[in-house]
Amino acid sequence: MQGDSDTRGWGRRAVILVPYLWLAIFFLAPFVIVLKISLSQSVLAQPPYTPVLDLAAGWEGLKTFAAQLSLDSFGLLASDSLYLLSYFKSLQVAAISTILLFALGYPIAYGMARAPKAWQPMLVMAVVLPFWTSFLIRIYAWINILQRDGLLNDVLVRLHIIDTPAVWLSSDTAVYIGMVYSYLPFMVLPLYASLEKMDESLLEAASDLGCPEWKAFWLITFPLSLPGVAAGALLSFIPIVGEFVIPDLLGGSESQMIGQTLWIEFFSNRDWPVASAIAIALLGLLLVPILFYERLQQRSLEGGRA
Amino acid sequence: MAGGGADQGTGGRAPLIRFEAVSKCFGAVAAVETLTLEIAQGEFFALLGPSGCGKTTLLRMLAGFETPSEGRIFLGGEDIVPVPPHRRPVNMMFQSYALFPHLTVEGNIAFGLRQENAGRDEIAARVAEMLVLTRLQGFGGRKIHQLSGGQRQRVALARSFIKRPRVLLLDEPLAALDKKLRAETQFELMELQRKLGTTFVIVTHDQEEAMIVADRIAVMNQGRLMQVATPTEIYEQPNSRWVADFVGEVTIIEGKAAAPGTIDSTLGTLAVVSRDTGAGKTVWLALRPEKIGMSGERPAGAKNIVAGTVSELGYRGDMSAYKIRLADGSLMKVSIANVNARGRAPYAEGDAVWLSWPADAGILLTS
Repeated sequence: MQGDSDTRGWGRRAVILVPYLWLAIFFLAPFVIVLKISLSQSVLAQPPYTPVLDLAAGWEGLKTFAAQLSLDSFGLLASDSLYLLSYFKSLQVAAISTILLFALGYPIAYGMARAPKAWQPMLVMAVVLPFWTSFLIRIYAWINILQRDGLLNDVLVRLHIIDTPAVWLSSDTAVYIGMVYSYLPFMVLPLYASLEKMDESLLEAASDLGCPEWKAFWLITFPLSLPGVAAGALLSFIPIVGEFVIPDLLGGSESQMIGQTLWIEFFSNRDWPVASAIAIALLGLLLVPILFYERLQQRSLEGGRA
Repeated sequence: MAGGGADQGTGGRAPLIRFEAVSKCFGAVAAVETLTLEIAQGEFFALLGPSGCGKTTLLRMLAGFETPSEGRIFLGGEDIVPVPPHRRPVNMMFQSYALFPHLTVEGNIAFGLRQENAGRDEIAARVAEMLVLTRLQGFGGRKIHQLSGGQRQRVALARSFIKRPRVLLLDEPLAALDKKLRAETQFELMELQRKLGTTFVIVTHDQEEAMIVADRIAVMNQGRLMQVATPTEIYEQPNSRWVADFVGEVTIIEGKAAAPGTIDSTLGTLAVVSRDTGAGKTVWLALRPEKIGMSGERPAGAKNIVAGTVSELGYRGDMSAYKIRLADGSLMKVSIANVNARGRAPYAEGDAVWLSWPADAGILLTS
C-alpha cells in the first residue's frame, strides 16, 4: 500500500514537472544565455562577443568571466536616441493598432455572438480560416494589393474616388493595414468568447427593469465583456510591439520598430550584445502589460467562483 | 373542454389582467392555445402545471419577452401587447435570478430606479427600504458571487420590487432553494404580498407551493387551462381526472352511473353523492387517500366497504402512505396520520385490512 501511494505521488510530481522542465529548457535557458550575451562586449571573433565562459578554467575562470561582464550595451540603449525612438515607435504602432483592432473587432465579435447558434461555428471558422495560409504569404499578398499598380489603387481609381494612384506601400498606413489584418483573430476570438457566454436573461432582466436595448448594451453587455476586451487587447498589443515582418515588408524606412532595430544590430552590425540588450529591455517593457493581464485573469477566476 | 367547469371568475374583484383568446406558437408547436384568463387586482395567482405546459410562456408574454401569435393581453384595461418590456409596469423575478454579476447588491437593487432617472436621495432611501424588507441590511456593498443562494433570491426579489410594479411576476422563484428555506420563503412571500397588496403571478411546477401561496390557481396542461379555482376547490373538487391526478394523491375508480346516488364498479355498487350524469354513463370516482378509513376488522354501518391487503407502505413520520391491493387487483392509496406516539405504522405489509369511506368522501368526475 505504502509503495503504491508513493508511486502515485511520483507520477503526480512527474506530471507537474513536465511543464516546468519545458519552460526551463526552452525559456529559462535561452533567456539566461541572451542575458549573458547582453552583458558581454562585441568583438570581431567567433563567437562575436567576449568574455566566453570557460568552465574548464574552474572557479578562477568563473571569477574572471564575471569581472568582464558589463552593462555597457544597456548604457548605449539609454544614450542613443535611435533605440529609444524605436521603442517609442513600437509602442505607438502597437497602441494605435490595438485601438483599430478593438474598433473593428468588437462589432464583428458582437455580431458573431448574436448570430443564430447554428451559424456560430461557421463564423468562428471564418475568423480562423486565414491561419490556414502562411502568414508570410499573406503579407506578400498585401504588398501586391497595396503597390502602385495594385488592386487597391485599381479599385479606387475605377470608382473615381481618387484620380491618380496613391502611394500606400512603405508607409505607416500600410503597416496599420497589415497589423489589423493579421491580428484581427487575436482580438475577435477572446471578445467572442466573453460575449458568447453571456447570460441572455441578464438583458431580459435589464429590459424588464426599464432599460432600453441600446442602454442595456452599455450597462450590462459591455462591462461584462471587459475581460474579453483586455484579453484581446493584450494578445494583440504584446506581439505587435515586437512585430518584425509586417513593418519590414510593408513599412517605410523613415522610422523603425524595435524588432527591425534588433534585426539590424544582430545581422547587419553583428553586435550580439546590443541586440541581446534590446531583447532583454523589450521583455522588461512587455512585462508590465503581461503582469497586468495575469492579475486580471486571476481576478476574473475569483469572480467566477460561486 | 378547458373552459368546461373552470371557474373563470375573479371572485367579484375587478380584473387587473385579462388574457383574451391568447395563442402562442413556436414554429409548429403551440405553447399556449386560445387561452382566456382573468387575474384580479391584489390577487396572488399561481400558474401550475408540468414542464412544457405553457405556464412560463404565459408569464413571459405578460412581461413582454414573448409576443402572442394571436389574442390580446390587457393590463388595467389597456392592451399591452404592443408595449415593449421596458415600458410595462410589471417586473419579473427570474428563475435563474439573472442578477448582474458586475454590480453590487445595491447596484442590482437600484438598477430599476436608475432607469427612471430617480434622484440620488430617493434611490438611496428606496434601496435601504428594500434591504430592510428583504433582511439584507449590511449586504448592500457585497458582490453577487459573495452571497448564498437564499441571499441571492432575496436580492432578486428586492430588485424586481423596488419600482413598485402593478404586477410582480415570479418564475419558479423558489426552485433553487432547499426544502426548509423554500417553506420559510413561501410564507415570507405571502406576508409581503399581503402587506403591499401588489398582484403576484407565480409560475411553479410544485403543486404544494401553489396551494400554500396562492389565492387562486390555474392548472395548465399542453397550453390549455384545465381548471382555474381556489386551492381548496382544486383539491376537493377537481373538474377532471387529469387535475385530480396532477394535484395531490388520488385513487380513481371507473364505474357506470346506476340508481341515483350509486355507481357500479368492479368493486361493487358504491354510494356517491348524487350528480345528474344520466344512468349508464361512464363516470370516475376520485378518492383522496386521507379520506379513506382503514381498520383490521370489518367496520359496522359504513356505506362503502372493501377488503384488501397491504401491498406497500411508506412511513413519513407524521403519516404513513399505504397502497392496498383490492379484490379486483387494483391498488388504492390510503394515508393514515400517525397519531400514536409509539411510532411505527399501525399496519404492516401483507396485513389484511378493511377500507371504508362515506358517500361524500369521493368526487364523481365525468371527464
